[in-house]
Amino acid sequence: MLDLFPLVVLLPLLGFLHNGLLKDRIPHRFAGAIGTLAVFIPFLITLGAFNEFRPMERTAPHLVPVFDWIVVGNFKSSFGYQIDQLSLYMTLIITGIGSLIHLYSMGYMKGNAGYNRFFAYLNLFIFCMLNLVLSDNLVLTFLGWEGVGLSSYLLIGFDYDKSSAAEAGMKAFILNRIGDVGFILGTGFLFWLGGSLQYLQLQTNLSEMGEFANYANIVALFFFVAAMGKSAQIPLYVWLPDAMAGPTPVSALIHAATMVTAGIFLIARLNFVFLLAPETSLFIAIIGAVTALFAATIGTLQNDIKKILAYSTVSQLGFMFLAMGSMSYVAGLFHLMTHAFFKALLFLGAGSVIHALHHEQNIKHMGGLFGKIKITSFTFLLGTLAIAGFFPFSGFFSKDLILEKAYTYGAFGSILWTMGIVAAFFTSFYMFRLVFVVFFGKDNTDSHHKVHESPWSMTLPLVILATGAVVAGFLQTPHFFLHIDALERFFAPVLSKGYELASLHGTLAEHKSLVHDVELSLAGFSVCIATIGLILAFFLYQRKPSPILEEHTGFRKILFHKYYIDEIYDFLFVRPFLFLSRGVAFFFDTKILDRFFLGIGGSFGVIANGLRRLQSGFIGDYALYVVIGTFCILVYLLTRGV
Amino acid sequence: MNQFISGIPVAYILGLAGILFSIGVLGVLIRRNIVIIFMSVELILNSVNLVFVTFSKALSHISGETIVFFVMAIAAAEAAVGLALVIAIFRHKKSTNVDELQSMRW
Repeated sequence: MLDLFPLVVLLPLLGFLHNGLLKDRIPHRFAGAIGTLAVFIPFLITLGAFNEFRPMERTAPHLVPVFDWIVVGNFKSSFGYQIDQLSLYMTLIITGIGSLIHLYSMGYMKGNAGYNRFFAYLNLFIFCMLNLVLSDNLVLTFLGWEGVGLSSYLLIGFDYDKSSAAEAGMKAFILNRIGDVGFILGTGFLFWLGGSLQYLQLQTNLSEMGEFANYANIVALFFFVAAMGKSAQIPLYVWLPDAMAGPTPVSALIHAATMVTAGIFLIARLNFVFLLAPETSLFIAIIGAVTALFAATIGTLQNDIKKILAYSTVSQLGFMFLAMGSMSYVAGLFHLMTHAFFKALLFLGAGSVIHALHHEQNIKHMGGLFGKIKITSFTFLLGTLAIAGFFPFSGFFSKDLILEKAYTYGAFGSILWTMGIVAAFFTSFYMFRLVFVVFFGKDNTDSHHKVHESPWSMTLPLVILATGAVVAGFLQTPHFFLHIDALERFFAPVLSKGYELASLHGTLAEHKSLVHDVELSLAGFSVCIATIGLILAFFLYQRKPSPILEEHTGFRKILFHKYYIDEIYDFLFVRPFLFLSRGVAFFFDTKILDRFFLGIGGSFGVIANGLRRLQSGFIGDYALYVVIGTFCILVYLLTRGV
Repeated sequence: MNQFISGIPVAYILGLAGILFSIGVLGVLIRRNIVIIFMSVELILNSVNLVFVTFSKALSHISGETIVFFVMAIAAAEAAVGLALVIAIFRHKKSTNVDELQSMRW
């Protein structure tokens, strides 16, 4: 199956071309099937390749060079794929969850006029994302990186006749561009220092170069800026909640499970750089923890079901960055995977609810749905338990591993841990608020329409994802429960070289050792926190719905308005920029530049108009000019003296 | 420098050349018949030739006369081409009046 591996990348591209070029000529059912198969077959191939690769034993990656792209001097960039534990892991998530979401979309998008276009975009996205994770060099990764940005823009603005959707697409695109500057600068720096763009080559080149540690912080910082944009971290997170203007499957696929985790992937891929950059790593951990906490608090008072989940995604990505910053890449990648399961599940569940209620997204107009849409509500509940971190759902294992690693991380460990645990409390609270209001509370639905369960194409993915959300955590468990470390051993070949490199120069940020009893009490504490969140939500929203969170005064008003961050950005950046642009466009350009250049053109016109009167067509006139000219020259020569 | 050529003062000959030249120029400028204009041009050329020959003789130097031969050869060629053009134009326009030949203006 490793021989067939290029097909994994090729099939989504073919699917995109097919659906994109023939979008007006093929029936919807056919386009949906093609689009789904173009992701599902690669999933099967990847599974086969995974089996053949033997990731637990093999240490060297399998390289698949396709063709050289740019060769200038010693700069070489090629289309080549690097199959190793990390890229296989990501590919399985992308194609696996991707095909479920494609299947779901076949039901969800039924009757939409842009059905075929939607599937073309989705396949384009998968193609770009696979290039991003499978590439063996930074340039191809960047190509995928930009490609997913483009697909995200297209999909967010899918309903392009709605101006809110078009604006949200633009916002996402522009904020991502800010991050991409970091990517380009980082790539340039790495090429300058390491003399290559291939990951493997870079790894060996940098290990031979002792003084790289001096530059590691700045290179790492550049790449982190890129990750900030793509993975929606403070201060570049504001696009993600707005991205919910896209269709719900898009939110699940791109803005929860795959694209937004590209930042995490990038850090893991460049772990040999980040391990040498302890200061930047600490910064990443702090940003991650702050983002986790910040977004979780916003999530508590939102009323749009998708917005709540979007802030939850920002918050969970913060957790992942907390893990990456504390240099426990396994924990970050673990949470990436479990989050992909339960967040995709939650988004698709929300989509199913929206579908059932005929495009109602405000949770205040929902309620009492539990008995009416059984599969959706049951799977949604499982997803909520997973994200809130209840034992033994997947979220518990991954989040606890992150919190544990944060706790043992250097000097600031306990502070980071505290922020993480508070964020976890809010996570549990807002998720159960959502569950109680939507599924158990008073029925506020518009009773004109009959509430109906979604078709099997939508519920099947929900069931499969729910299964994943429940069991995925068992890949890596703490010592007091089964003590499995499969994931750590799985990633060891990818990460070990970086660790060697770092410890070689004595810069590895030391993790304090952890007594087993402390580990148990940390886990116990976080379960308690999650339970308190649940109980609080139960009392405030279920037993006796309290007005306390409906009135928005004081701090609650600030929270409800998301700390006014959008307004602040609007005031600080957007308005001055628009003002400046308008000034340039409508004053400087028309009044000054245009006048200047039109004036030059016009003056030549005036001169030419005068001169053309000389062209009378009378030969005698021309002869006279010659004589007058000759006379003038003679006079000049005679007066001046030859 | 010889002041006299065959007993005639150089200044006289130069004066004659000047008069011939002016008549030629005047002819080019004010006459309307294209054939007459042509003849005026020939007059200009001849006046110049006269000056060349005069100075050649006065300075006892051959180069002036050499140039005269060139001028005559070129004048002959010019007359041949020019007259051919005049005939072509006349066939086209049925006129030799230059004021009616002004199609090349703006």
